Order: sequence, then structure tokens, then C-alpha cells
Amino acid sequence: MAAAVAEDDALWTAVADPTRRRVLDALLERGEATTTTLAEGLPVTRQAVAKHLVVLDRVGLVAGQRRGREVRYAVQPERLDAASEAMARVAAQWDRRLARIKRLAESVQAQTGQDS
Amino acid sequence: MAADSIEREILIEASAEVVWGVITEPEQINRWFSDEAEVQARAGADGRLTWKPGGRGTGASHRVELIVPIRVVDAEPFHRFSFRWNHADDATPHEGNSALVEFTLTEEAGGTRLRVIESGINAVTDDDEGRARYRESHEHGWEKHLGELLDYVAAKAREAAR
Repeated sequence: MAAAVAEDDALWTAVADPTRRRVLDALLERGEATTTTLAEGLPVTRQAVAKHLVVLDRVGLVAGQRRGREVRYAVQPERLDAASEAMARVAAQWDRRLARIKRLAESVQAQTGQDS
Repeated sequence: MAADSIEREILIEASAEVVWGVITEPEQINRWFSDEAEVQARAGADGRLTWKPGGRGTGASHRVELIVPIRVVDAEPFHRFSFRWNHADDATPHEGNSALVEFTLTEEAGGTRLRVIESGINAVTDDDEGRARYRESHEHGWEKHLGELLDYVAAKAREAAR
């Protein structure tokens, strides 16, 4: 489990960085791209894009495939979906709980009002 | 706010005292959260929440009793209540092995705004039991509840997958 936690921390760190999100975004738009073509559309250097891709690759958000002399990257959506589903479920649970808290508190308040 | 945290809030037409009672008193907690709560609103207090098979907050497929340890981090009456939960039974809860739930109560015109932030979600959801727990207690569609960042990224990912 410790390894899994560390792995997920890395995932969240990876998507929390705004530049990496732009790299991810650009890659999603293109479907598949090399470091060089990605850097052309972004206000960062090729070296910076390469570093971000390494981070994204390490956490499984993108995967690189070597074709001859170049590496073509693509987004791996499964990893993102799994992570966002867990978050969304937790959010939905809290929505339900807060709605129940509201109902309870308001009925307690109404009773208190009648007593006094 | 950390990337793996969610924040929700609701306006309740009741005083902060009343809301405080609902979120901290065991008999009230059993009406919105767990089936059996052992909770003291005191910093450092250990407690536990139990969900019975077929009880509240568990899906229809849920057949075993679920006992979740909690430790109160902060309890400032009528203002703040926070606890760590979902750590292993014998573990000391900390940032890496548990999720942190923080309630904030703010009185405003018309009632009390109750805000909840749960962070460190992935510290627990990546463990099999935690995943199963969240999966089993998942009842409704979740699409519209996506956090801003995840909404953005996941939508893009789905687009790309098409």
C-alpha cells in the first residue's frame, strides 16, 4: 500500500502543475506528438517539455513509443479516469451527507423555536 | 487546496450551535453518517464509525460490517471540527495513511454555512479496502460533482479517447 500511496501522490503532483497540464492538454489535442512538435505550440523550451513528459510518463498519464529516431507520446486516459472517479465519488458522498445534516439541523432548530 | 481534496458547502437554516450538535454528537452522527458512532469532540480523541450491513451509507451489495477508526484533530465548539479517518486500525493517523475531514461553521444571515474539506483521499482510496468502501457506498451518478481540475483533465482525456 505504501508504494501505491507514493504512486498516487506523484499522480496528483503531476496534474497539479499548470505547465504540465498545458503539456497534457496539447497532447490531448494532437492525440500523439513528439517532444519537438509539442514544444512548438507551447511557450516553453523543448527541454522543459521533455522533463514534463518524463514526469507524466512516470505516473502513467502518458506513454512514449519509440519510432525510429523519435519518441511519440500519447495520453493514457484510463489512469486519469480512475483517479477522477475516486474523487468524484467522495464529493458525491459529502453532498449527500451535507444534505442530511441540513435536514437534521433545520428540524432541530424548528423544534427549539417552538419550545422557547 | 491540495489536488486530491474536495470541498463542499451548504447553507443551513439553523444556528451554529445546532449544526455543531448534529456533526459532533454520536446520536446525531448516526442519523447522517454512520450507523454506530463513537466520537468525542475533543482534540486527540480516538473513536470509530461503524456501518452495519444494509445500513445507511452502504450500497445494497454491502454485506459485512465496516468499522472505520477516526481521530479528532481539532474541536473548537461552534466553529471547527476536524478528524482523520480511514487509517489502519493499529496505525497512528498521519498525512500519508489517512484522509483529513475538516468542518468549518460560519454564521451568516439566515443561518450557518457549513463547509467540509476532505483531503488525502488518495492516501486511502488506493488501498483495496478503501477502494471497495468507496465503490460500495457509491449510489448516485457522480459526473456533475467533479472538481474543477479533474473535470477539466478528465473531459480532455475522454475527448482524446474518442
